Amino acid sequence: MKKEKKGWKDLPIGLAWKSGSSKEFETGDWRSDKPIWDEKKCTHCLICWIYCPDSAIIIKDGKVQGIDYKYCKGCGICAEECPPKIKAITMVREEK
Amino acid sequence: MIVARTGNEAMAEAMRQINPDVVAAYPITPATEVVQLFASFVADGQVTTEFVPAESEHSALSACVGASAAGARVMTSTSSQGLALMHEILFIAAGLRLPIVICLVNRALSSPINIHCDHSDSLASRDSGWLQIFTENTQEAYDTTIMAVKMAEEIMLPAMVTTDGFIISHGMERIELIDDEKVPKWLGERKVVNNLLDVDNPITLGMLDLQDYYFEHKRQEIEAMNNCLPIIEKVQKEFGDTFGRYYPIVDEYKMEDAEVAILAMGSTGGTGKVAVDRMREKGKKVGLIRCRIYRPFPKEAMLNAIMKVKVLGVMDRADTLSTLGGHLYNDCRSILYESAKKPLMKNYIYGLGGRDISIEEIEEVFEQLLKIKDTGRIDKDIVYYGVRGE
Ligand code: SF4
Ligand code: SF4
Repeated sequence: MKKEKKGWKDLPIGLAWKSGSSKEFETGDWRSDKPIWDEKKCTHCLICWIYCPDSAIIIKDGKVQGIDYKYCKGCGICAEECPPKIKAITMVREEK
Repeated sequence: MIVARTGNEAMAEAMRQINPDVVAAYPITPATEVVQLFASFVADGQVTTEFVPAESEHSALSACVGASAAGARVMTSTSSQGLALMHEILFIAAGLRLPIVICLVNRALSSPINIHCDHSDSLASRDSGWLQIFTENTQEAYDTTIMAVKMAEEIMLPAMVTTDGFIISHGMERIELIDDEKVPKWLGERKVVNNLLDVDNPITLGMLDLQDYYFEHKRQEIEAMNNCLPIIEKVQKEFGDTFGRYYPIVDEYKMEDAEVAILAMGSTGGTGKVAVDRMREKGKKVGLIRCRIYRPFPKEAMLNAIMKVKVLGVMDRADTLSTLGGHLYNDCRSILYESAKKPLMKNYIYGLGGRDISIEEIEEVFEQLLKIKDTGRIDKDIVYYGVRGE
């Protein structure tokens, strides 16, 4: 969803912004490949969660719930690091 | 109080009276003394400043940025390569709108290595978004250091106040000091808009902007620079009204009826004024213009001054290495583009690496300018004055 952006006269002076605003920076826009997580194969070892640079692996009660595509930028690290014998994550081409 | 002080001592005294919250610095010739003296004020308990002896100028200015973002009144001092090493952080300080003040002692940039005066260091930082004020003597360096704090804080842009290395920084002069208690009283407290240490209203500073907002933020910074001359003028007037010493945006000396003039910055303004007096004794109608506020460039005041004469000799103590002559020369040519009346202009690049410029040499420049006035002809528009083999 496109938000209306402020003009230069309406911005606060001095490059200051409320903290924690990186949450609003949805890096998911950048993705060209998309990780697909297979719930049936997953052993919930959480290796993908540790490695994901964008904290995009959703965890609840110590278990993987899925992937937050708002922030997942499609780097493929999770798929690479998921143990080879399990391979619960595969990368597919993002279709826009 | 009337005292004898070198330029460095005068700037250090100003800093002592300002009593900034934080000074972070790294020593460099010929500015070393400024922070060395200031460090002894800290050690002797004459100021309450947090002094940060950093391991480089890059670190020193970075510490200044952090402290200023946290709401502190912050100062430092440097010269030449030191300012060059701060270059990256200069833009960050200006972009974050932090009113840091640098006491800058002008010195030639390497190579070749040279510790003496020219203006290549501050002029290389010309486009970093800092106010640049060039002083003519020790008194002006002292007064301007104090004024710069107020200007920077009201405009929310950092400022560098310069003296000519060794010529002013190490030359002793008679100056009038303001009483200690009057300086902080005149400056008042810094009003902080964004405070990094305000835990109740947490902010982030210096975030990523990309194509979305970078241009808008830059436009804001440009606007501050475009519109700050009246604030500079106001602070100078306030200073004059309180302490009795008034400073102009553009300094004009015997310009009322002058037919030719030289335009210069820094200590050459003083040497040039003596040359003007000598020429006047001989009945020659000459004058001098000194660019005191160099950034922002005082377009109207400068136009007003240079349009008075038929021939203008622009004295630049640095070259742009662009084939186009010196910085001042370029700025003046630029502001004259739309004016119907233009003085004939000649650019004198002089004094690089501390090469002396004497009263007699400036008189010789005046003679050349008078000849141009009579003949209406300039044979060479950019000359390297005082270099051997020319
Ligand atoms: S592709 Fe990269 S960003 Fe997306 S979930 Fe996997 S590791 Fe995280
Ligand atoms: S690395 Fe693979 S197996 Fe381990 S939690 Fe992530 S998806 Fe599941």
